Amino acid sequence: MTLFLEQMLNGVQFGVMLFLLAAGLTLIFGIMGVINLAHGSIYMIGAYAGTWVAAETGSFWLGIPAALAAAAISGVAIEFLVVRRLYQRDHLDQVLATFGLILIFNQTITILFGRQPLFVSMPALLDGSVELLPGLFYPIYRLAIIAVGLLVAVGLYLLINKTRIGMLVRAGSTNREMVRALGVDIRLLYTLVFGLGALLAGLAGFMAGPILAVQVGMGEQILITTFVVVVIGGVGSIRGAFFASLILGIVDTGLRAYLPGLLRQVMVGPEADALGAGISSMGIYLLMAIVLLIRPKGLFIRNS
Amino acid sequence: MNLRKAFLAASVAALATFPAFAADPVKIGMITTLSGPAGYLGQDIRDGFMLAMEDGKLGGVPVELVVEDDGLKPGQGKQIAERFLGEEGIKLFTGIVFSNVAGATVPDIVDNDAFYVSPNAAPSNMAGKECNQNYFVVSWQNDSLHESAGQNATNLGYKKAFVLAPNYQAGKDAIAGFKRYFKGEIAGEIYTRLDQTDFAAELAQVRAAKPDVVFQFHPGGLGITFLRQYEQAGLMKEIPMVVAEPSMDGVTLAAVGDAAIGLNVTSHWNSDFDNAANKKFMEDWNKAYNRPVTYYASQGYDAALAYASALKATSGSLDDADAFRAALRKANFESVRGKFAFGTNQHPVQDWYALKVEKGEDGKPFLKTVGDILKDHGDAYAADCKM
Repeated sequence: MTLFLEQMLNGVQFGVMLFLLAAGLTLIFGIMGVINLAHGSIYMIGAYAGTWVAAETGSFWLGIPAALAAAAISGVAIEFLVVRRLYQRDHLDQVLATFGLILIFNQTITILFGRQPLFVSMPALLDGSVELLPGLFYPIYRLAIIAVGLLVAVGLYLLINKTRIGMLVRAGSTNREMVRALGVDIRLLYTLVFGLGALLAGLAGFMAGPILAVQVGMGEQILITTFVVVVIGGVGSIRGAFFASLILGIVDTGLRAYLPGLLRQVMVGPEADALGAGISSMGIYLLMAIVLLIRPKGLFIRNS
Repeated sequence: MNLRKAFLAASVAALATFPAFAADPVKIGMITTLSGPAGYLGQDIRDGFMLAMEDGKLGGVPVELVVEDDGLKPGQGKQIAERFLGEEGIKLFTGIVFSNVAGATVPDIVDNDAFYVSPNAAPSNMAGKECNQNYFVVSWQNDSLHESAGQNATNLGYKKAFVLAPNYQAGKDAIAGFKRYFKGEIAGEIYTRLDQTDFAAELAQVRAAKPDVVFQFHPGGLGITFLRQYEQAGLMKEIPMVVAEPSMDGVTLAAVGDAAIGLNVTSHWNSDFDNAANKKFMEDWNKAYNRPVTYYASQGYDAALAYASALKATSGSLDDADAFRAALRKANFESVRGKFAFGTNQHPVQDWYALKVEKGEDGKPFLKTVGDILKDHGDAYAADCKM
């Protein structure tokens, strides 16, 4: 039972990480209609900037503003210099341009920091694990990630649903042309949304530092999964991205944890292990296919 | 005649006379992985190789190293090889880091009567039935890495092991290699994904299975991620770990830091080896590059020494391929790992050592050689090789 609870927590934690990335991606995709492959690069920039500042100053906490600032500034710069020219172009041009950005950012990081992954130290406050239930030890750092992720979700909910900017964002994701016709400075709104999405990606990158490898190309690894989240949740829906992230995190973790064991009940050991590993790595894509079949616009968007 | 025409005429004249110089350097083609997360592996192989080239010479013969990035894509590696063989007329090759790239690229090279000396990847099929007289390996056969880890776990007296590796060919070979030399029982076996960023689900299963020891194979960034999460889950104190060198090289150690202390590693080379060749290598490395040394660098260096020995014997002539091959096969060079010879399938026969991650006097963890594991160890496939 404690093992099951631990696996659920693992699923939620993985989901929350995905949410931080998916929130920005779904806003950018939904409101501006831009497929931004460089979102993973911003995640990498956040991780490198934060980790570097933390290492230079010796303080993990100073890394947070550094990561956020670096990510937001590069996000705004990308929007201003590149993406702004792509709103009227088709998706293929957007994919090409933002893919080019990935290559540029990866090479720039290689030149600045070298090819070796960076060392990341864990703040003493968040090191170690706590006993949540008798026999259930869980790393404090992962609990902190869950807490930060949920806080961000609440913050975004308030921002989107209770503020004027949020109203414009909602309006923009439903009918872009009408918002413009009503005299709203849509360019500024786009830059703000892009910057916000980048900020969240930078936060995710920095938080991932102590548990992953901070290395060139770290963004691409997680980008595909993030797109799956966006598609399952429905393009442009923050609520959808939140629930889809959690579902995906739990499904992925659950499959990895339990599928080989279940298969071993009906098959020989090594074959079950190989098949289980194969199916669990397909799991999230199968889920996406099923969702697309039943609700082509995603779980949280009404089909019109 | 305007300036542009004059310039053109001058360059044509220069080009026409250039090939007349007799002592053109011998070209060596290096196809390696320089981009992406695994880029540091290729970088170290390249820089190690170049370290052995004194004044642009190997064995006293002027050489020119042509380096291209395969981007960890088998198709790209094959294309580069075709271009090197055709347009560049290169006869000597080296550099490939990954077995899947080697599998697509090396057969083309050796079938065109060129030589390939592997500084890293050595998949099982190419060590056995598909061995080739122009294919040499100075690193190890893939399986031996993990056989040594299996022997280490047996030597350390562990009875019950939990094994984890990514779900691809090298991962399966790793687990097979470990099991071949581990005498105890396997408590559990998990295949992870190559793009996995979160191992919490697997770690919970490891904890629940209560093994004596964990063996895992996760090279490069995957290994950093795995070790960090293993330590954060508090498992490093509970369940000791044995790994082979790909899961704990100098760069991984620098990135993981104190979390790796206590780890049991097996290797064919370590930076603290006490022989003249290694002392020179380490001194030159630290002088030339301001970064941790890895065993990849030592293998790049040894690959260069192997070519140097053959080039010296033939005075830089590649016209007689048989003579060059015979010279290469003698392995007449001082390897940085100490004793070295080629087996019948032209893969290494060498000793394997136990290392341990300990805290150094400067407070930084380092890999310390603590004992022997296997002596004159070849590989399991040599018998299938009919040359």
